[in-house]
Amino acid sequence: MTEVALIAPPVAPSVDRERLTAFGFALPSLIIILGVFALPLLLLLGVSVIGPDGLTLVNYQRLLGTPYYLGVIWNSLRFGLLTTAITFAISYPAAFALARARGALRSLLLATLFLPLAASVIVKAFAWTILLRSDGIVNETLLALGIIEDPIRMIFTETALVVGAVNIFLPFMILPIYANVAQLDARYAEAAATLGASPLVTFFRVIVPLTLPGIIAGVALVFSLSVSAYVVPTLLIGEKYPTLATTIAKAYLLAREPGFGAAAGAVLLVIAIAVVTLSSRLSREPK
Amino acid sequence: MVRIAMAFCWVMTIGLALFLIAPLLVIAAASFSPTPVFDLPLSGASLRWYGRIGRLDGFWPSLWLSLQIALLSTALSLVCGTLAAIAIARGKLPGAEAFATALVSPLMMPGLVLGIALLQYFRAIGFTATWSTLLVAHLVVTLPYVARTMIAGLARFDFTLVEAARTLGCTYPGGVLRVMVPALAPSFLIAGLFSFLASFDNYPVSIFLADVRNKTLPIRMLQYIEEAPDPTLAALSTLILAGTVILLFISDRVVGLHRMAGTAD
Repeated sequence: MTEVALIAPPVAPSVDRERLTAFGFALPSLIIILGVFALPLLLLLGVSVIGPDGLTLVNYQRLLGTPYYLGVIWNSLRFGLLTTAITFAISYPAAFALARARGALRSLLLATLFLPLAASVIVKAFAWTILLRSDGIVNETLLALGIIEDPIRMIFTETALVVGAVNIFLPFMILPIYANVAQLDARYAEAAATLGASPLVTFFRVIVPLTLPGIIAGVALVFSLSVSAYVVPTLLIGEKYPTLATTIAKAYLLAREPGFGAAAGAVLLVIAIAVVTLSSRLSREPK
Repeated sequence: MVRIAMAFCWVMTIGLALFLIAPLLVIAAASFSPTPVFDLPLSGASLRWYGRIGRLDGFWPSLWLSLQIALLSTALSLVCGTLAAIAIARGKLPGAEAFATALVSPLMMPGLVLGIALLQYFRAIGFTATWSTLLVAHLVVTLPYVARTMIAGLARFDFTLVEAARTLGCTYPGGVLRVMVPALAPSFLIAGLFSFLASFDNYPVSIFLADVRNKTLPIRMLQYIEEAPDPTLAALSTLILAGTVILLFISDRVVGLHRMAGTAD
């Protein structure tokens, strides 16, 4: 800051004062972000490369060099991608109907999006273990409808994991998309139709680009939440499906290997930073 | 064709609403179970689990701790985040865009990674008072929710309205309180709600900072589920959900849920 102030040409005192006020307003948040977020993460990166005898890459070698841990990284990515793809496929069409709804119906539908946020992730994941048990409601319904003949084992499978995760992360996908779709000006689509565009062309060349900011926001948020989720995999699948998040928790809480846990954390951090960078670049690109 | 597409959209919306509500209904039903196992459909109804909520091991201190941390971190984040959002919206701050990205970025960072990073950092600087470390850590959890919502809300706010109020004889803080705050009420509500819930429900950050005497409610709840799951937890969740239904109903009457959802991006 001071360097900038020294180089900058003299400005009118009022502008200078406004800048100072703006900086003062920003200061508390800046302190929190630097002091309790950026610095601890830098320290974490440090811990991951410091061994008993100085700098070492042994933690990263173990993580990126053994098939088991490569499988763990793949599990995290696969889980994140599946959850994101399914929540998006459900949310995008639903947002358009939601944006058309009015009055009591709209309030009711929006309440169903907000209400699950008030139930703890822990409790919702637990509810899915009840729903998906072999004598649970889902199996009983499928049996009664004659779709299956014997109960299928769903709990502690990848299916259960993804169903539970989709359920828990859906509001984070549909809310930003809905906010975007609700502000959509219908005249753009009408103009495209007037100019002879077919409904499909209108959809892909007009509607999708206009709702892209909402899509990017939802996709980025759900992917980063699911790729690093801890409670959901722990309760719905357990040891069978180790992810980066469960590996980190194990390294810290059970194995007491902070260096290795920090390295696994760093990998997760790199994934998150890639998502943030990519999404902010995509949403800033002029269309 | 457009009609068929819209019909498909409606089917997805109704399906989505039912799917989202399903686990909540299961929890509510299980809370009235007359037996300790979750047999659905129920063979009767009982309120015995509601009476046992207060007798859960360590429940009251954990609830009190989680409420304190969630309310305080939300209040502090609302103040800091709104001030920062004003600085960004007025456009007088150098590097405003980078600052906005930095403010929102903890939202996308893995909670568990933040948890272990803070554990090491607080130890390294000798900051070990559990209650305070939890509060400070939860500031980072809640601030991005407030910043995201307030930056979006203020981007659409016309600051000349505050100037107009001053011209008409309001003081500057008076103008802010009587013009800006009411205009941004939906933003404040959604920011407050989201950040309270983010803190109240946080597990991955708290687990690394809590100690035996300071366990937040989510840590206790996971412990109950892993040790001896019975419908007491379902009863507790049902009470929280009932409270939320009332809160949502009031929010809908006062500012409208669609205005709240519209500022959620």
